[in-house]
This record gives sequence, structure tokens and C-alpha cells, in this order.
Amino acid sequence: MKFLTTNFLKCPVKACDTSNDNFPLQFDGGKCQLVQDESIEFNPEFMLNIIDRVDWAALLKVAGELGSVTLPSKKPTFPCSVPELTEVGMAVLNDLHVMLLQTSITEGEMKCRNCGHIYYIKNGIPNLLLPPHLV
Amino acid sequence: MKKYLLYMVQVHLNFRRAELESLADLYNLSIDFSQYDVDSPFFVLELENDQQARDWIKRSILTRGIYEYWGQGATLDELHQDIKCQPNFEQDLQRKFKHSTFKFEFECYRGNSKANRIKQIESFHYLDFEGKIDMKHPQEVFTVVEEYTPVSENISGKTPTRIFFGRQVQMSNRSAMEKYDLKKRPYKGTTSFEAELSLVSANIAQVKPGTIMYDPFAGTGSFLVAGGHFGALVVGSDIDGRMIRGKGAQVNISANFKKYDESSQFLDVLTMDFTHNALRNSLVIDTILCDPPYGIRESIKVLGAKDPERFAGKEDIEIDGEKAFLRRDYIPTKKPYALDSLLDDILQYSSERLPIDGRLAFWMPTANDANIETIVPIHENLELKYNCVQEFNKWSRRLLVYINRGDTFNGPSNHGLKRSENNFRERYFNNFN
Repeated sequence: MKFLTTNFLKCPVKACDTSNDNFPLQFDGGKCQLVQDESIEFNPEFMLNIIDRVDWAALLKVAGELGSVTLPSKKPTFPCSVPELTEVGMAVLNDLHVMLLQTSITEGEMKCRNCGHIYYIKNGIPNLLLPPHLV
Repeated sequence: MKKYLLYMVQVHLNFRRAELESLADLYNLSIDFSQYDVDSPFFVLELENDQQARDWIKRSILTRGIYEYWGQGATLDELHQDIKCQPNFEQDLQRKFKHSTFKFEFECYRGNSKANRIKQIESFHYLDFEGKIDMKHPQEVFTVVEEYTPVSENISGKTPTRIFFGRQVQMSNRSAMEKYDLKKRPYKGTTSFEAELSLVSANIAQVKPGTIMYDPFAGTGSFLVAGGHFGALVVGSDIDGRMIRGKGAQVNISANFKKYDESSQFLDVLTMDFTHNALRNSLVIDTILCDPPYGIRESIKVLGAKDPERFAGKEDIEIDGEKAFLRRDYIPTKKPYALDSLLDDILQYSSERLPIDGRLAFWMPTANDANIETIVPIHENLELKYNCVQEFNKWSRRLLVYINRGDTFNGPSNHGLKRSENNFRERYFNNFN
């Protein structure tokens, strides 16, 4: 599961929707195995579009849990198009690419901060199925 | 405005125009379809410039290519006369390419000629091109497009009945069919969707580069691959973890993306029940494209107990001092679900998640009985834009395409109505008798 996906997943338990604690899921850094796939190519234009979708506060939270502290505390602002990117901007974007798209969690678990249900990641695939009493 | 010749394929005619309109809309092109003929692969139309033609056709699957129109005739002589009579022939067409390197090509529709092609090319001498002939990397390709009328079903025509001449502006994306051919795909299954129509679906759904596409019934990932081809970041989910897991690291959905050299387009596949969705509510999903389960190969299931009494209190079961349902190897129970409800859920979800003008496209099979009307699900916020039918012998499937128009659209709705009277699965296996 790509790091970016941690920014898209909430707890699927419907009762948790009324809580603000169902997103992001809480990661147990000690139990998560991370790998990096350097073969995934950096596409600045694509990344600019993707960064738009990122919830920065959630990203900071999860990055902290997974032991990465290199992120700026505020979401960097980027120009709308690649030619307007500064050299520094391009480097920041590349760092985000490495983190969000090249890094993935192959094994691990994540927990809803509201209901406490645990979701496992096995062989890189998160399992978000629920037991009948949470449906 | 300039004249162009669009050379299309004569298959999936129900989808062809929808694809052309959707791609035109994607690039804000207004095309006059009054000369469009569903029975012909040729469509002469006007565009402002070559860039518009390139945008429009570069991702198209159901066309072959688009050419700057230089003329047409029933015979080669007539064609030459027509070319010379074009109002912009001398000052525009001829002059602009006088010094370009070039080559000639022939395209034949429904027939083939044994005519001496070199001689035919030489008959264009009046064009007075001074550039060098370059067969490998010409600056311009001039194409003679011949239409034949077959003598009978098995005997093709020998002499063309109509000939077009034009300058190639953009070939279509039809070669992608070869690249994504299921025969060459590392991981596929019985529910994998063929390359051609999955790419066409992604075009009609207007999957765009740098946007998010979601397939809630991803299976082996056929539509994810199609969405990735058009540059979207694709995410899929499926309640059946076996399907999306594949058969090991070399034979799974991720391996498919690696083979196609499009790994950066693939976000993830999640083991998840679509009706208990974990994608956060604030995430905008630009396109939803899927082939929902119709209970043909497996019945439709969602999370929950079929017999709740049997599961009462089971949340308290512990194994080795740990709640059973929190263990890594816990497998939740599933219950059957009605197709109509599932489709209602897809429409509702799309109305909540798609941006305004975002598209939902999904496939739906139906029996071909003349006496049964197919009721297509509709939602008050969604405009049903296309209903493209692919006919098989006794059944058909259709691609339904909706556009999210938002709360103010106030369209009709048939939410909650029982639409499908007959069990498609049962009838499928009874051969529709």
C-alpha cells in the first residue's frame, strides 16, 4: 500500500463518520514494514495534480507515526504548471514523490482512532473488511 | 476552418460516436456531426487547425486516423480533378509542403487493389513536391484512402469505388489494443475485460491525466489498466481479496502495470466492500469506471451476516486472549445483496464523490427478450449521457455513462425500485430459454 493511500483511507465503519477521529487511520510504526521502489518514475506534472488532493495535516500525522519527520509543517505551495516550478520547488516535489508514491507499506496494521478497529496490510494490500457487528 | 477526413473503424458503432463526442468535449471542440454516417467509416468535417485534430484523435480507439482533406473522387482521375479544384489548393495545401520530406501511403477499406502503386503515386506529379522522399521519418505522410464495394460477402472488390486523398495529421490510439491485449497480460482472470472496449470505456468516461479514477469492482484490474493508460492515478477495490491479490509477486495487478511501464499510475487495490467504503468523504474522485458483479460467475455479496442470529455475541469470542475479530487471520462473513440496491449505491456514491461534470461509467448486462424492457437505473443528480449497447446472441451488455450535474439538476430517479425482474444468472445458465 502506497504511502499516499494512507492519506485517502478512513475507517469504513459508518458510525465513525460522525467522529473526526476516523481519519487518518493510526499506524503502528513498529509493526509496519516499509519498502521503496525507485523504479517508479517522477512525473512533476502528475505530482502537482496529486499534491492538490493531499490532506497535509493527516500526512504529517501518519508520517510521524511511521518515523518520517522531514516534512514541512505547512503544505508547500506550488505553481500551477511545471515550467513555473523553481529548482527548490522541483526538489520538494521530488521528495514528496519519493515519500508518497515510491514508498509503500508491505506489512503492517492501522487502527481507527474512534472505534479502535484494526485493519491489516498483508503483502502490500490493505484489508478494510469489517466483522458483522461493525456493519 | 479547414476540412479534415476522419477515417474510423466500422465496429462497435454504438460506442463510436459516444467516444468521438466525449473526446471532443474533453478538449472543448465543437464538432458538427451532421455529415456523420453510422454506416460509413468516413466522416468529412471542419476544424480550426491541426492541433484540434491531434487532440481529438490521439486517444481515440474506434478510429484509424485523421487527415487534412485534399479531395475525393470515384476514380483516380476524378480525385486529381477534385484536388486541383480545392479553393486553397495552390496557395495553402501545395505551397506549405513543397519542401517537406514526405512519403505516400495507401489505406484500403473492404478491398484491395492490384494496381501499380508506384504509377499511381507518380500520377500525383502535379503536386510538384520538391522535398525528398523519406520512407522512415518523413515530415509529412500523404495518404490515399480507398473505399471498395465488395462483390459479395466473401469476394472483396478489386477496384475502389471512392478515393480520398489527404495529409496525415494524427493516427489514433488503436495500437493500444495490441499493447493491452489480454493474451499478453501477466495477470488476468475469467472476469477480465477485453482491451478494446475497456479503453473505449475510459475514453467515454473522459479519464484524464493527473486525476483520480476509481474502480469499486476492480477484479483483476482491467479498467485500472485502461485508466492508467490515459494518465490517471488509479485505485481499485474488491470485496474478494483473492482476485486483487493475484497469484504471487509476478502475477498480480501491480505486475501488469510494471509490464506496461505505467507503475506510477497505479495507486493501490484495496480489499474492501464498496458499500462500506473507506475512501475518505472529502476525497474528490474524478472518474468512476467499473463492471459491477452481476452474479453470473459469483453471487453479489456485501459485508454482514446472512443469518444475524447465528452471529449474535460472536464479537466476544477470544482466541489466545485476543478478540477473534481483531486478529490478522480473521475472515469476516458476507451476505447476498440485490443487484438493484448495489446499482442504486453506485449512483448515490457517484453523486456524492464526483466533481460537477465528472463521469460515472459502468457496464450492465441484459437479456435480449423483446418483451422485457430494460430499466436503466437513474439518479436525480446524474444525467444519463450514454447507453451504448453491445449485442451478443441472446444477451447484450451496455455501457451506461452518467454525468454528475449536482443538486440542482433535479432529474428523474428510480432509486429503490425493483428494476430487474429476472435473475440474470439463472437465465444465463439456462441459455435464455
